[in-house]
Amino acid sequence: MWKYVGKRLLQMIPILVVVAILIFTLMYFVPGDPIQILLGDSATPVQIEEARARLGLDEPYVVRLKDFVVDLCHFDFGESYMTGTNVGRELITRFPNTLILALFCVAVSLVFGIPIGIHCALRADKLPDRVWLFVTMLCSSMPNFWLALMLVLLFSLRLGWLPSNGIGGWKYFVLPIIANSIGSVAGIARQTRSSMLETIRSDFVTTARSKGLSEKAVILKHALPNALIPIITIAGGHFGFMLGGTTVIESVFSIPGIGNYMLTGINNRDYPVVQGGIIYIAFAFAIMMLITDLVYAFVDPRIKAQYISGKKK
Amino acid sequence: MKNKKIDKAAKKPKSNKPGSLPYVWSRIRQRPLAMTGLIFVLAIFVLSFISPYILKYSWETIEMKARYQTPSLTHLLGTDELGRDELARILYGAKYTISIGFISTGVSAILGIIIGSIAGYFGGKVDNLIMRCLDVFQAFPGILLAIAISAVLGPGFTKVIIAMGISGLAGYARMMRANILSIRSSEYVEAATSINCTTGRIILRHIIPNAISPLIVQMAMGIASAGLQASALSFLGFGVQAPTPEWGSMLSSARSFIRDYPHMCVIPGIFIMLTVLSFNLVGDAIRDALDPKLRD
Repeated sequence: MWKYVGKRLLQMIPILVVVAILIFTLMYFVPGDPIQILLGDSATPVQIEEARARLGLDEPYVVRLKDFVVDLCHFDFGESYMTGTNVGRELITRFPNTLILALFCVAVSLVFGIPIGIHCALRADKLPDRVWLFVTMLCSSMPNFWLALMLVLLFSLRLGWLPSNGIGGWKYFVLPIIANSIGSVAGIARQTRSSMLETIRSDFVTTARSKGLSEKAVILKHALPNALIPIITIAGGHFGFMLGGTTVIESVFSIPGIGNYMLTGINNRDYPVVQGGIIYIAFAFAIMMLITDLVYAFVDPRIKAQYISGKKK
Repeated sequence: MKNKKIDKAAKKPKSNKPGSLPYVWSRIRQRPLAMTGLIFVLAIFVLSFISPYILKYSWETIEMKARYQTPSLTHLLGTDELGRDELARILYGAKYTISIGFISTGVSAILGIIIGSIAGYFGGKVDNLIMRCLDVFQAFPGILLAIAISAVLGPGFTKVIIAMGISGLAGYARMMRANILSIRSSEYVEAATSINCTTGRIILRHIIPNAISPLIVQMAMGIASAGLQASALSFLGFGVQAPTPEWGSMLSSARSFIRDYPHMCVIPGIFIMLTVLSFNLVGDAIRDALDPKLRD
């Protein structure tokens, strides 16, 4: 298995490098001038030229790309044009906020989504199932930023129970996590439902029932583990979706995470910030996908067997 | 009732078989929720074009005396910070949200189908190259790619569509490729090759029609999430911009007044939710009709 992990980690490197080049190229073509934003309208042409040379913006595309990739290989993300701070250091301090948000959202969506899905599957096409199906669909139709605003309106402005923005303790994460994960709870619930329905109809579940196992044991020991595999795939994908979703949520709740940092970066034409942020997110995403693949092995003995036989070779 | 159906099936043996358009339509008609959704989207889309002629207030008339009004009989959904009628703005803006969802999904799907077909059909180095490119596209969340591309292109209706179209194509391409791979080795393709069909003809006439049906389901569900993404982009200021009453950008400007005038925030969101919900309901019905796994 470690060999497999190593191989996957190595495969990640070229993808990250190409992601870096792609985002560098995109940012190169973004209209607007960071110097203009940095110095304002009153800057003299001399000042502008001087600043341009200092930031290396006067070099041609190829030279800048080369410098960028070389720096990247030394884990140097450069310095922010606007504040002059080291982007790598900024990202490390901000990354935990984004990661906590995304991980908790995935956890919340699994913890609530799977039971709801099972509940529905066991009562397929009856009234509670239909009601839940509609509710989950309604939840996945809500824009997360709007839900965030509504939650702020209710819990922060009207009731005053929870803070509406910033960070500082678990209280500050409650609303963002709810806002970001409701759609995902709904998605996981629907996926669990359909995948459970498929498993419940299969022969081994009938066998388990016919040998007199309690319904609870049939569902939890026999049906659920088999139904989990597609859910894990979806959950891994949802993590990526969450990382994107946090960008919007962070901006609503002004949480100092990577998403918010990148948005200000884009608006200020602060290219190193955007490039560094995207690389961090792509890296987190790739690691999460790897973890997803490894979790399969624990859930599905068939895949575990593949790893073991691969090891022997 | 049943006899009638059999009669119809006998008269048109081809058109009403599972998977065909009339079949899907008949399945959608059986579901009241899906029909409600369809009617809602169509109604609001049509209203969006005729609203300037039937409403008392125009979406762009500024009336400073009537600022921040809560919903009342004169202004059914209230007014915004410049005294513009919310109802007129919502209806006028509907066409943006709906058509961005539709067109960008179409763009993604068409590009995805073309790229996926090429990768799947030719295989080998071409396939490898395309798949590695798609890996890069999918290495970070789609909305970030959409944000980055719309930062390059600048704000605007067509530019959002391009940005979202490109950022969404990888999923479709992957799916198309997988379908093609399973179809490529089938006998009818072998038969077509043996009678010397050109490559283009084989792809267009034999492979694509057979590989496309799972993608239609994907597209039907994709329109809903594209609608959400479009409004998120405008909310962040990368999509359709302020004077145009796109729902996301209305929310974004109403955000500063949430404390004192929450109705300005609540209303556009409800419309986004209802529209996306309608897309989801219709998409769900289409999936039930087309997905053989769910068809009992």
